[in-house]
Amino acid sequence: MSSTHDEQRTPVAITTATAEDPHMQPLARNPERTERIIALMMVLGLAGFVGFGVAYWFNADPWVYGATIGAGAVLLGAGITAWGKYLMPKGPFVEERHDMAGTPEEREAFAAAVVQRGGGVLGRRKLLLGTAGAGLGVFGVVSLFPLIRSLGPLPGKTLTETDWKKGSYLVDQTGRPIKTSDIAVGGVVTVFPKGYQDTENGQAIDQTILIRLSTTDVTTRKGRENWSPAGYVAYSKLCTHLGCPVGLYEQQLQLLVCPCHQSMFNVADGGYPTFGPAPRPLPQLPLYVDGRGYLRARAGYDQPVGPGYWERS
Amino acid sequence: MTTTASTPSSSSDAKKEAFGPVGKVLGELDDRLGIAKGGRSLMDKIFPDHWSFMLGEIALYSFVILLATGVFLTLFYVPSQALVVYHGSYAPLRGQHVTEAFASSVNLSFAVRCGMLMRQMHHWACDIFVGAIVIHMARVFFTGAFRKPRELNYTIGVILLILAIGNGFVGYSLPDDLVSGTGIRIAFSITESVPLVGSYLAFFLFGGNFPGTDIIPRFFVIHVLIIPLIILGLVSAHLFLLVRQKHTQFPGKGRTEKNVVGAPMIPVFAAKATGFLFIVLGVTALLGALAQINPIWLFGPYEASRISYAVQPDWYMGWLDGALRIWPAWQLTAFGHNIPLEVFLPAAVLPGVVFGICLAWPGIERAVTKDNATHNLLDFPRNRPRRTAAGAVMLSFLMMLFIASSTDVLANYFKISLNIVLWAMRILVILVPLLAYPITLRICKELQAVPEGGKRKKPNVVLRSAEGAYTTVPVETRPGDGHHELEAEPVPTFIDLDEDDSTDDTDEGVRRVDR
Repeated sequence: MSSTHDEQRTPVAITTATAEDPHMQPLARNPERTERIIALMMVLGLAGFVGFGVAYWFNADPWVYGATIGAGAVLLGAGITAWGKYLMPKGPFVEERHDMAGTPEEREAFAAAVVQRGGGVLGRRKLLLGTAGAGLGVFGVVSLFPLIRSLGPLPGKTLTETDWKKGSYLVDQTGRPIKTSDIAVGGVVTVFPKGYQDTENGQAIDQTILIRLSTTDVTTRKGRENWSPAGYVAYSKLCTHLGCPVGLYEQQLQLLVCPCHQSMFNVADGGYPTFGPAPRPLPQLPLYVDGRGYLRARAGYDQPVGPGYWERS
Repeated sequence: MTTTASTPSSSSDAKKEAFGPVGKVLGELDDRLGIAKGGRSLMDKIFPDHWSFMLGEIALYSFVILLATGVFLTLFYVPSQALVVYHGSYAPLRGQHVTEAFASSVNLSFAVRCGMLMRQMHHWACDIFVGAIVIHMARVFFTGAFRKPRELNYTIGVILLILAIGNGFVGYSLPDDLVSGTGIRIAFSITESVPLVGSYLAFFLFGGNFPGTDIIPRFFVIHVLIIPLIILGLVSAHLFLLVRQKHTQFPGKGRTEKNVVGAPMIPVFAAKATGFLFIVLGVTALLGALAQINPIWLFGPYEASRISYAVQPDWYMGWLDGALRIWPAWQLTAFGHNIPLEVFLPAAVLPGVVFGICLAWPGIERAVTKDNATHNLLDFPRNRPRRTAAGAVMLSFLMMLFIASSTDVLANYFKISLNIVLWAMRILVILVPLLAYPITLRICKELQAVPEGGKRKKPNVVLRSAEGAYTTVPVETRPGDGHHELEAEPVPTFIDLDEDDSTDDTDEGVRRVDR
């Protein structure tokens, strides 16, 4: 700079520069041309905004709104940025950093004030310090009660029990009971216990997947004789990994696949997992066919459905 | 202006006149608020110039866009899980029982003019927001900008990242569509997996068993009030500390630990930043207009017993989803209790460890290097090979987990067994980070050995003299290349000083030369 001087009274230097100072020159080699280009960008940006107004006025297709205003903003923004980068003084300029830390005297005075004033006041009245501290502590703890406990009920038995009971009819989502003649071999349907719509979370908890494996009775696991009449097997549809509905059925391999994390369960083998992160088999629902040919539950699930949690044994 | 700072207004009327009505207003304000001194130095505040310093700006501007579009969306969105029959303008859904949350989300997309744009911009801005934070954090990490005195601001930044990811998840859950509802189901199960208190936590969060009718209204309050307020406060603190501690800068001509070299806030940085805000806004608007994101009307409303195939969360949740996919099925059952390690470890402990390492890093590095000095000059990553290699380990680990979140898609695309993909990812997630360390270390060492490494290549002109001798002369590639060769100077005032100003004795007058 041709001339620089500091004014003692102010921390900010009063400096002046001439137009010829190299720091004050724009970065652009040909400022006039750059200015014209930038002006053109800004005019196009303006046109974009006008286009948005027109599009809105005439209720254009939804994509037009964003295309016009987006193009306008990009062009205007690029113009303003280019103005700053190419036409304003290129510098570089400098400013001093000042130490964060104070002088040793200031630090000592501050530390002394904190330690002696704070410590002195608090240390002299140990009884008051203790009681005030206890009061604040209890206040903190009890304020959390409504913030936590009021938020919801305790789990109780809702995690361990479903609405499936001995004799429950298997109904589809519309509430229609399922007969043995309804599904062909290889067919799959999501079923619920009759009346599931009247329970709060029935659709989520009770969801069960009913698959017909064959036309004759099936035993999927030792001890589960009579659970699968007429080739029908029923498993909880809640994945034992994270509770997603096990919605994909691979008919050839007789595998149920969870689309969330690819756990696979062998429905011909008691719903045991064959692949993926699920640690437990899908609980199986024992079935029987009543005198009129309806599929019904022989009993409820013998274990909690869905993913694991602390109280689940 | 500076001469009026400490003098009574009556005695400086003449000077105020010199700057017209603006000067008068500024003088009146200074009489009351004392803005002259601080205002001037704020205008002169220097911002170092490097492309990587705009990454944080992208995050900031995306956040502004999120606030603006988000407020618009709240005017139409109904946070309720009450069932209604959909009668809106999207024909395929008409007559279906859907929640009010879903119906209002579809309606604000189709029936509100610009609603679709606002919704898609909001979603895109969120993806950009989190992405910009991650890349900004990587820049801060690899250049050592987190070192003393900026550990606190680094910590605030990591917390902002966690909040951004959390609010993103809660936000995309609000439309209550089939995909996001599945995500909420998984969130319930993950909460349930916490040993000892998991089922209680899940019931308190959801107001009962899944799904209940409380979670959407609660997520709404969390998404639009609680987390944004915390983010707003922390962003303010982040920026305050940035101004207070001043920006870091790369080493270079005239740059020391004791100064900042670059462009002043007014006008250069203000122009660049304002322009860049509009660029980010424009790109987000173009994405919102032309690139479909989260088409909830195609997914349909959430029903607990339905699911769609190839369900994937937003990108920033991908690493956790990948961890859940490839983690072995280890449950722990003992003494009548169950600890679902197959969920708790990848979904709760793993993010805790990852963010814990991020938060602890400044302390870890100081313990290793025993370096307690204040650093305002940045490191080039190649000059800190072990830190750079450690960052590469973390990034490659997260990247492998992210890829693992698409095991099914990969298996389908490459027509290979899902089992092979799963085991490949289980191996790669450990192997790639292990290899990343020595490879990065090696690359850093090689780069250090290159003279002028990292500097812009300069072309040479070969001249032949009349005698036939050849000489090589380096030349400038672009007009701006000479820019860094100047000595940095303090920001001048840009204005003519008064003739009668006693301190002015040399200047023949200074003109505004900026345009």
